[in-house]
Amino acid sequence: MCTYLTEKVEVDGSGKGASGWFAFSEATVYFDHPQHAAAEHTLNIDFRNPGQGPSARVAVELTAESARALAAAIESTLASAPPGLA
Amino acid sequence: MYDAMMAETINISGYGGDHIEAYLARPLGAGPFGGVVVIHHMPGYDEETKEITRKFAVHGYTAICPNLYTREAPGASPDDAAAAVRALGGVPDERLVGDVLGAVTFLRAQPSSNGKAGTIGYCSGGRQSFLAACSLPLDAAVDCYGAFIVGAPPEGMPLKVGPIVDLAKDLSCPLLGLFGADDQRPSPDEVAELEKALAAAGKVFEFHSYEGAGHAFFAVNRPAYRPEAAKDGWQKIWDFYGRYLAS
Repeated sequence: MCTYLTEKVEVDGSGKGASGWFAFSEATVYFDHPQHAAAEHTLNIDFRNPGQGPSARVAVELTAESARALAAAIESTLASAPPGLA
Repeated sequence: MYDAMMAETINISGYGGDHIEAYLARPLGAGPFGGVVVIHHMPGYDEETKEITRKFAVHGYTAICPNLYTREAPGASPDDAAAAVRALGGVPDERLVGDVLGAVTFLRAQPSSNGKAGTIGYCSGGRQSFLAACSLPLDAAVDCYGAFIVGAPPEGMPLKVGPIVDLAKDLSCPLLGLFGADDQRPSPDEVAELEKALAAAGKVFEFHSYEGAGHAFFAVNRPAYRPEAAKDGWQKIWDFYGRYLAS
């Protein structure tokens, strides 16, 4: 099925896209059919800067299992950073 | 049989007189040919949808696929365009109807046209095919697993679409519906509710649901592809358009 589920979050950071590095302003997160990954549904994140046009995008498509592992790794990395830094 | 065809990117006039990109595939014979508007799925105006558009030309129809994301993402790759439109909440219904009207007007104006035009849409385009057929005078419409004809998207979802089953009474032409029995958007119950509404309104329609198939079973480049369902589905489409669109 097409889930259509989409969360949008403001993000502050940068990423490297097809034309080099650019600043992100938002990320959309959704669990739906991927464009490329070999799975029926994936957790997809589009890091975007709409002000720079639709091509200012870094896209990832992760299986549910790997998305959860990534989320846990992000949380634990932030938690283990020295106090006051993260 | 003369079977030459050609395909190219053109511009047509869409909603509000906007110039929008479209992919046209047409048989090169004299005709007369019926016309088909191919409404692309949510992942966009992509290579696979263009292949579907050419398939209609091979089968003797003039087919056109408007790029519904032209305005938000002119010149962008289909996946970037789809991401941009998704973040904005999808294509507004009124604009979709205007863009399909532009495509239908273009098809009917071709010297090789038999005057008839229909629609087919996949995924979000399935709902939009139904919407167009309830809003415009058409000759045939095909809905391939369109969600949210019945039922609304869950709370908090930015997608700006709502249920349109109430439009069933306005359906202007016969409707063919092709669904996967394992799909949840639309679910078998939602398909049954649409069927009930069409029957109550006295409309001409035929629905087929395929066991062992879910959403997007026509999509040859995705794991959801189900060859048996897709092959039978294509045959149903040729039979249906043969009855209502061919000369």
